[in-house]
Amino acid sequence: MSQTTLDNEALQVDTEKGNFHYPENYSFDAGVGLTEDTVRYISRVKEEDEWILNFRLKALDIFQRKPMPTNWASEDLNNIHFEKIRYYLSKGQKPSRTWDEVPDDIKQTFERLGIPEQERKFLAGVEAQFDSEAAYSRMKEDLEKQGVIFVGSTEGLMKYPEIFRPYFGKVIPTADNKFSALNSSVFSGGSFIYVPKGVKLKQPLQAYFRINAENFGQFERTLIIADEGAEITYMEGCTAPKFETTTLHSAVVELVALKGAKIQYITVQNWSNNVFNLVTKRGLAEEDAEVKWIDCNIGSRLTMKYPGVVLKGRHARGEVLSIALANDGQHQDTGAKMIHLADNTTSNIISKSISIGKGRSTYRGQVHMPKHLKNCKNNTECDALLINTNSRTDTYPAITTRGLGNTVQHEASVSKVSAEQIFYMMQRGLSEGQAMSLAVNGFVNDLMRQFPMEYSVELKRLIDMEMEGSVG
Amino acid sequence: MSTTTMDELPQSPAGSADFAVLPNEPAWLIDRRRQAAADFEQLPMPTAKDDRWRFATVSRLRNEWFDAPLSLIESKNVQSIIQRSKLVDSYSGRAVFVNDKLTQFNPLSEALAVQGVRYLPIEQALLEMPGLMQARFLVERTTLGSEKFHAWHVQMVKSGMVLYVPKNVTIKEPFVNYYWLDGEGARCFPHTLVVAEDNAEVSLVDVFFSADEQSPGIACATSTLYAGVGAKVFRKVVQDWNEQTISFQLDKTLADRDADVKNVAVNIGASAARYENQVQIDGAGAHVKLYSLTVAEKRQEFDQRTLQVHNAPNAVSDLLYKNALMDNSRTIFSGLIKVAEGAQQTDAYQTNRNLLLDPTADANALPGLEILANDVKCSHGATTGNFDPQELFYMMSRGISKRAAMQLMVFGFFEEIIEKVESDELADNLRMLIHNKFDNKVYQAKTI
Repeated sequence: MSQTTLDNEALQVDTEKGNFHYPENYSFDAGVGLTEDTVRYISRVKEEDEWILNFRLKALDIFQRKPMPTNWASEDLNNIHFEKIRYYLSKGQKPSRTWDEVPDDIKQTFERLGIPEQERKFLAGVEAQFDSEAAYSRMKEDLEKQGVIFVGSTEGLMKYPEIFRPYFGKVIPTADNKFSALNSSVFSGGSFIYVPKGVKLKQPLQAYFRINAENFGQFERTLIIADEGAEITYMEGCTAPKFETTTLHSAVVELVALKGAKIQYITVQNWSNNVFNLVTKRGLAEEDAEVKWIDCNIGSRLTMKYPGVVLKGRHARGEVLSIALANDGQHQDTGAKMIHLADNTTSNIISKSISIGKGRSTYRGQVHMPKHLKNCKNNTECDALLINTNSRTDTYPAITTRGLGNTVQHEASVSKVSAEQIFYMMQRGLSEGQAMSLAVNGFVNDLMRQFPMEYSVELKRLIDMEMEGSVG
Repeated sequence: MSTTTMDELPQSPAGSADFAVLPNEPAWLIDRRRQAAADFEQLPMPTAKDDRWRFATVSRLRNEWFDAPLSLIESKNVQSIIQRSKLVDSYSGRAVFVNDKLTQFNPLSEALAVQGVRYLPIEQALLEMPGLMQARFLVERTTLGSEKFHAWHVQMVKSGMVLYVPKNVTIKEPFVNYYWLDGEGARCFPHTLVVAEDNAEVSLVDVFFSADEQSPGIACATSTLYAGVGAKVFRKVVQDWNEQTISFQLDKTLADRDADVKNVAVNIGASAARYENQVQIDGAGAHVKLYSLTVAEKRQEFDQRTLQVHNAPNAVSDLLYKNALMDNSRTIFSGLIKVAEGAQQTDAYQTNRNLLLDPTADANALPGLEILANDVKCSHGATTGNFDPQELFYMMSRGISKRAAMQLMVFGFFEEIIEKVESDELADNLRMLIHNKFDNKVYQAKTI
């Protein structure tokens, strides 16, 4: 029994790990609300080229004209007050190359989240974003020598336009949806990565995103290009303190896998329960390329995120593995999109969701195979686990199939933890809560095994934490 | 939705005769028609932005459909049509409508009438069962997207059959309703209302046919099926309009405690067919099965929307929709299972299987789940694919021509549904209808 108490203590500390914030004293603040002036201010602070400003202004116009997608999405979107959000906050920091140069309060923030330790352990490169701008960015030198570029969005567009500009906003056009337009108009921070031909990164690159200020909207922009035959794994983590008012996070992530390249993108999203997390993520896979999204959504108030892969070249492969956990007051609206545009392309979607208390999890998916294609395959599996009597889950896939030799299969199931399983475990001395945690971990286990080890450990802990007090 | 409610409307039938379709309509019916007319005016034509019409070719919808003259097109082929109304030979009652006009009526036997069973055309039912009609006729509506067409139906409906089966009465042979369209520009608004009281047992067949292959027509049909406590109701629907006809079928089933309802739909005809099927389980332990098979060819579009609502615990619903697609045809299957809070121990299943016989055919599947209770078994599955080339090779290596082998495989694909009709005669007739569709077109087996 003493073991249990110890565990719980450890968990208590962890639950509050991200729930702290530091006084706000920003050198650059775009103020509250979104107008053309806000956009011009951001662009001026960042000393951007003319074309970027024009790109932003055009996006702003599209954002203002596009309606909210409430005809199919949650009405909760109407609770986002765009006029009350702060769109750009920065201490004027430039990404530091060594940990010592990072301002003390930001350093403390990330020390508490454990970033430098992570890096020491195994990472090839780290970037940490604090509100609008990266606070710390570092990459192992040997990678630099191989020509790997790992910079922020501003630096990427300014210093390497010949690499990034051709793909910037091409995988996800500005007008893709209202929130991609919003991001395109006020984006700041994020990672721009280029991996040259044939370079295979053995260790993952990592980014941390942190929202510190109240009413702040974070709009990072990520673009990863893996040149022919290159391989990269990228991981991101997110936290925010628990403020009274809601916060908006709206990112755009574009991946480009050229011929034979492999990109793996891993997200562990643990925003606090007042963050609207509305993210557009899409990858483009050329011939023989592979794009794999591993997406874990634990936090936030409303997450709407449907990572997609455009399978543009023959034999391209797309995969989305998704775990969502919705607790009281949370709605995890996640899913996947697979757009097949070439013969012999295959895609795989596995989604597991867990709804606890009054939590609601939704799977929304799209699989598209046009008529001129041959021998494309898609497999989709969605499993939902409902813990309490008032938990909720929805599944809304959309599948279009034409063409010759194309096969699509979709399966979804909903279940609860069986009483026999719980009884069996309790009989062997586990508490009901422990038994439930074990059962839930078993439910996601086959997916979790595909994750890098550090992440599956972290995820398992997060799930244990969320499960606490859900039974009884 | 309209702001006027039924209560605010004047009660007097005087001056509102404009809304009446049949002679001597009761005031409540005129009010329902007037309300529907108001709703119809106010409801927009569905657009592609409406998620309930996702993937449907909404550009096919025409406002001109509503403008066609009200007067009936007189059929000149009544006798031959009655002759051809022989999908089921042994029946408890039969009605044959041509262009919304009752042309042949075989009422039920005296023995059944004595037990209180009623099988009447709408007009007569209004006279003989006013209470039941006021409570049940044109009360339910669709929520699946065709509200405007439903309102149109409520305004226009004049022909159809009402079947009432009292408590504990078991009827062996089915009731068969034929709805025919004959002549260019013909329209009809078929209506079937079934009220099966507690522990009643009954089956019926609704048949939709066109007299010829070339005359364009429009049909906007609805059916409502009330299954009481422990009632067993089995409805079969055969839709084989010609391929110039626009078809709407807006069906609703309400199942009470321990009711056992089965629905088999065979869809072959129409240029564009919208089929909305709603099932609402209000009583614990009910068991509802929904089966459908569709053969789509040329430019046909079958747009199927289903909703299984579980409001009560311990109920089972099972749906299986199978579609075979040829040429440039399209099918859309959009299904939703809704399990309400508290509907524990629900078992709900939904399966959609699409067989693509030509690379130009287009199958869309939108299987959905909304689950608000935790102790449930729910699953859905959708698969789309071509023939298994190995199976084809196996048959061809034994001397069966490619075309014959493919046909065999299609019939095998459908056999799972056909055997559910539980009537050898009807099953054979359905097989024949499907065979005809394949024989009519010289089906060129394409290389796979």
